[in-house]
Amino acid sequence: MTATDLGLPRLGGLDLVPTTDEPQKAKDYKSDQEVRWCPGCGDYVVLNTIQSFLPTLGLKRENIVFVSGIGCSSRFPYYMNTYGMHSIHGRAPAIATGLATTRPDLSVWVVTGDGDALSIGGNHLIHTLRRNVNLKILLFNNRIYGLTKGQYSPTSDQGMVTKSTPMGSLDTPFNPVSLAIGAEASFVGRALDSDKKGLTEVLTAAAQHRGSAFVEIYQNCPIFNDGAFDVLKDKDEAAQRIIPLKPGEPIRFGPEGEYGVTRSGWGGFEVGKVADIGENDLVVHDPTIQDTSYAFALSRIGDQNLNHTPTGVFRQVERPTYDDQARAQVEQAAQAKAPNLQALLTGKDTWTVA
Amino acid sequence: MSTSANGSGTGALSATRPTEVSQLDRVVIRFAGDSGDGMQLTGDRFTSEAAAFGNDLATLPNFPAEIRAPQGTIPGVSSFQVHFADYDILTPGDRPDVLVAMNPAALKANLGDVPHGGTVIVNTDEFSKRNLTKVGYDSDPLADDSLSAYEVHRVAMSTLTQGALADTGLGKKDAERCKNMFALGLLSWMYHRPTEGTERFLREKFAKKPDIAEANILAFRAGWNYGETTESFATTFEVAPAKLEQGTYRQITGNTALAYGIVAAGQLAKLPILLGTYPITPASDILHELSKHKNFGITTFQAEDEIAGIGAALGAAYGGALGVTSTSGPGIALKSETIGLGVMTELPLIVIDVQRGGPSTGLPTKTEQADLLQAMFGRNSESPVPIIAPCSPADCFDAALEATRIALTYRTPVLLLSDGAIANGSEPWLIPDVSTLPDLSVEFATEPNAPDGSGEHWPYVRDPETLAREWAVPGTPGLQHRIGGLEKADGKGNISYDPDNHEKMVRLRQAKIDGIDVPDVVVDDPSGGEARVLALGWGSSYGPIGAAARRVRKKGLPIAQAHLRHLNPLPANLGEVLSRYDTVVVPEMNLGQLAMLLRAKYLVDVNSYTKIAGLPFKAEELEGVFTDIITSSKEVAR
Repeated sequence: MTATDLGLPRLGGLDLVPTTDEPQKAKDYKSDQEVRWCPGCGDYVVLNTIQSFLPTLGLKRENIVFVSGIGCSSRFPYYMNTYGMHSIHGRAPAIATGLATTRPDLSVWVVTGDGDALSIGGNHLIHTLRRNVNLKILLFNNRIYGLTKGQYSPTSDQGMVTKSTPMGSLDTPFNPVSLAIGAEASFVGRALDSDKKGLTEVLTAAAQHRGSAFVEIYQNCPIFNDGAFDVLKDKDEAAQRIIPLKPGEPIRFGPEGEYGVTRSGWGGFEVGKVADIGENDLVVHDPTIQDTSYAFALSRIGDQNLNHTPTGVFRQVERPTYDDQARAQVEQAAQAKAPNLQALLTGKDTWTVA
Repeated sequence: MSTSANGSGTGALSATRPTEVSQLDRVVIRFAGDSGDGMQLTGDRFTSEAAAFGNDLATLPNFPAEIRAPQGTIPGVSSFQVHFADYDILTPGDRPDVLVAMNPAALKANLGDVPHGGTVIVNTDEFSKRNLTKVGYDSDPLADDSLSAYEVHRVAMSTLTQGALADTGLGKKDAERCKNMFALGLLSWMYHRPTEGTERFLREKFAKKPDIAEANILAFRAGWNYGETTESFATTFEVAPAKLEQGTYRQITGNTALAYGIVAAGQLAKLPILLGTYPITPASDILHELSKHKNFGITTFQAEDEIAGIGAALGAAYGGALGVTSTSGPGIALKSETIGLGVMTELPLIVIDVQRGGPSTGLPTKTEQADLLQAMFGRNSESPVPIIAPCSPADCFDAALEATRIALTYRTPVLLLSDGAIANGSEPWLIPDVSTLPDLSVEFATEPNAPDGSGEHWPYVRDPETLAREWAVPGTPGLQHRIGGLEKADGKGNISYDPDNHEKMVRLRQAKIDGIDVPDVVVDDPSGGEARVLALGWGSSYGPIGAAARRVRKKGLPIAQAHLRHLNPLPANLGEVLSRYDTVVVPEMNLGQLAMLLRAKYLVDVNSYTKIAGLPFKAEELEGVFTDIITSSKEVAR
C-alpha cells in the first residue's frame, strides 16, 4: 500500500477507456497483414482467441494498443487492427509504462515471450509488476528461442539439447508465475494456448483488473520445441495434471476429482488424494489474499515437468496503480498551484538593470 | 545606468573602519576545503551576493564523485570558483585572485592555480602536523617561506567560529561546522557584498532548526566583524555592478535552465510532458527540478534503469506527450537502441546528455565534450539524429526550446549535449518575457491520409517540405496503424524487406535530418574582415574561446570567432565560412571530434586543439594558442 492515501476511487481496469455500442466481431480486429508464423504455431490460436475475445469488452478499437518486444510472439501487433508498436527486445513493458501513465483512456496490452520478458527484459518485467502499472502482459511461453532458430530460453528444461547447448543446458529454468508473484504482481494467471475457454476467462479477468496483469500462456513451437506441452493437451493426461483454479472452490482435480491440494509443512501446499486429505482439509482457492505467500505456494505446485499444472487466476488483489497515482499527483500539484510559467522563470531572487 | 537588487539595500552589517578601498573591474575567488566543509554552499551564497549586487558572474564548482571522500585528503577537496565583474564576462576565470583554503589539502591542491602576488586566506586551525603529513607536506607551508610569493592571511577560522558561538549552547563540533559561514562573512566584508540575502537564505534553509540558522548567521557576522576589526586586512575591494543589457536578471545554473526550458517547451507546445530517467551525475538535478513542477502537467518517472527511462519517454511520445529523457556518461550508451527505435518510428523525443569525463564511469563530476561522435553515430546502421549543444548555463533554456522545436516539427529524437561545466556552473540570466517565446504547438493527425483513397491511415506518408510523418496518436478513430523497429514500406508502412524500399527509406530518413531548418552560423570579427584565423567551437567552450579571442584582439591581433549550436545538421553557410579563413582552429574538450567531422564534410584541414583534463579551457591557455597561430600564419604569409 502507498504511504499517502490519494483518495482514489476504486476503478476497474477498463473504467477510463471509452466504449462503443456498435457490435464488434473478431474480424474487425484482424489487420490486412498476412500472418507469418510457422504452420501449426500456437501463436495462431492465441491470436484467434484474442480477436474473438476483444469484441466482448465493447471498447472503442482505437483505444486499444498492443506493444510488443522482439521474438516470434512480438509480431502480434501487426496482425491486430488496433494501434500497435513492435518495439525492441525486452523493452515493451517500459514503453507501455510511458504510454499507460500518460493515457488513461487506453487499454494497453504487452505481448512478449519467454526470452523477451524473462531474459533481456527481466528487469522491466519485475519493475512494471512491482509498480502495478495498468497494463496487461501476455507472456507466450514456448520454452525456446524461436526467431533466432532454436537456442534454449530461461524457461527451457535443464539439460535440454539445443543449437547453443549441444551438451545440454545448464540453466535452472524460471517458473514465470512464481517470478511474477515474487515481484508483487497484483494479477497473475496462466492458460494453455489450445484452451480457448480457459484462456478467454483469464484474459477477461485480466482486462477487468486495474493494475498490472500478468498472464502466462503455454504455447507450442512446432519447429524448435514441438510437443513441449502435449501432456497437457492429451485428454487423459491433462485430467491427471491440470489443476483448475476456481475462486471460492476447493482446489481439486483428476478424472473424478479424486485429487486435491492441501497445506503441507513450512506454509507450502502439496497434492494428494482427497480420500487421504479429507474434504475439509482441501485448500479453498482465494485469489484475493493480499499476502503473496499464498499464490506463491500455489505456483510451486506446478513443476517444470508439468506433472501438476495449476491454471486460471492465481492472484487478483486490489492495490493502487502507479499510473493512477502518478496522474493524481500531477492533478493535485496543479490544484495546489496553478501553473504560471513567467513566475517560475522569474523565481525569487532577481535584480534589474535599467 | 543603475542597478537595484530585490531585498538588498543597506545590509545589517556595514563597514565603518576606514580601510583603503580599491576599485577592481573583476575578481576571481576560489573557496576550497574538504568535501564536508560546505564549500559548494559557501560559493553559491557568495555568487548570490554578487548577483544581488548586479555584477556579471560565472561559476565553476569542482567536487569529488565521492559523497564524503576521506577527510583531509587531496581527493576529498571540493572547490567552488566564482568570477564576478563590472562588465560582461564569459568564463568562471582561469586563476583565482583569492584562494580560501580551509585545510592543508585544499591549499596543496589549489595553490598551483594562484598567480604570484595572489591572496591566500587559510584556516590555520587545520594545519596540524597530522593533517600536513596526510597530504605530504614535510614542513608547515605557513611556517616556512613556501608562500612568500603570495599575500597570505592566517586566520584561525575554527577557533574564532567556536568562540563566536560559545554562548549558543551548540556543541563544539556543531559550532566548528559553521566555519564556512565565517569564511563567507570575511570575504563578504572584503568585497563589500550585500549580506541580507545570505541571512535570509540561512533562516529559510534551517527554518526547522532555528538554533542552527542563528548559529550560522552568528558565524557569518563573526567573519564580517573579524575583517572589520582586526586590521589584518588593510584593503577592501569594490567591483561595481556590470553594465549588462537592460532587463530583469536572476542567477541560474545550466541544469536548472535546462529543466525550465523543458517546462516552457511543454507549455509552448501545449503538451503534457513525461520525463523518463534514471539518476546519474551530473544530470540528476534535471530530474530533481522537473519533479518539483508537476503542476505544469509534468510526470517524472524514475525508472528501473536508463533503458526503461527512455523507453517510457518514447511510449509517452507515441501517445502524444512530449517525451524527455536525461542522462550522462555511460547512460547515453544504454539509451542507444531506443534512440534507434525513435529514429525508425519517427517519433519526437528529447534526449538530454550532460556530458562528463569518460570512457566508462570515467570522471562523474568532471566535464568533457567527448560524446559528440556517439551522438552522431552511436547507433547501429544509418541512424541520423539532430544534435543541439548549449554554449552557456543560461543558453540551456533556449537550447531546450530549440531541441523541442526540431523534435516536434520533424518527428525525430533530438540529442541535446550539455556538459558538466555548464550544468553546474551558473551565470546571470536575462529572464525572458514568456509572451515572446516561440509557439511550439503541433497538430495531431485526425483524418485518414492514404493517397489511394482507401480511407486507411498510412504511417509513412510525409510532409513534402519537412519530410516528417504524421503524428497519429492512439485513441484517434480510423487511424489505427502499426509501427515498429522493422523496416517499413514507404508510405503504407507495412513491414518491407524490399531492397529498393530500404534504400529509399534510409535516404529519406537522412534527407529529413539533413533538411532541418537551422540558422546560419554567425561570425564575430570586430576587425571588419581583417582576421585570417577563425576560432570555431561548440558547446560549453564558448566562454573560454570568446574570452581568449578578446584578449588576443586587445593585443592588436585580429581573430574571428564562430560558435556552433547546431551540430547536426551543421549550418548551411558553414562550408563557405570555413573557406574564408587561412586557418580554422577548433578547440575541443575531446581528441578532435568536431575537427574530424569538419575535415570529412568540408575537406578543410582544421587546426585541432584538444584538452581532456576534466576541466574547462582556460582563457589564458587559448589566448596563447590563438596568438601562436596568428603569429605563425603571418610569418608564413610574409
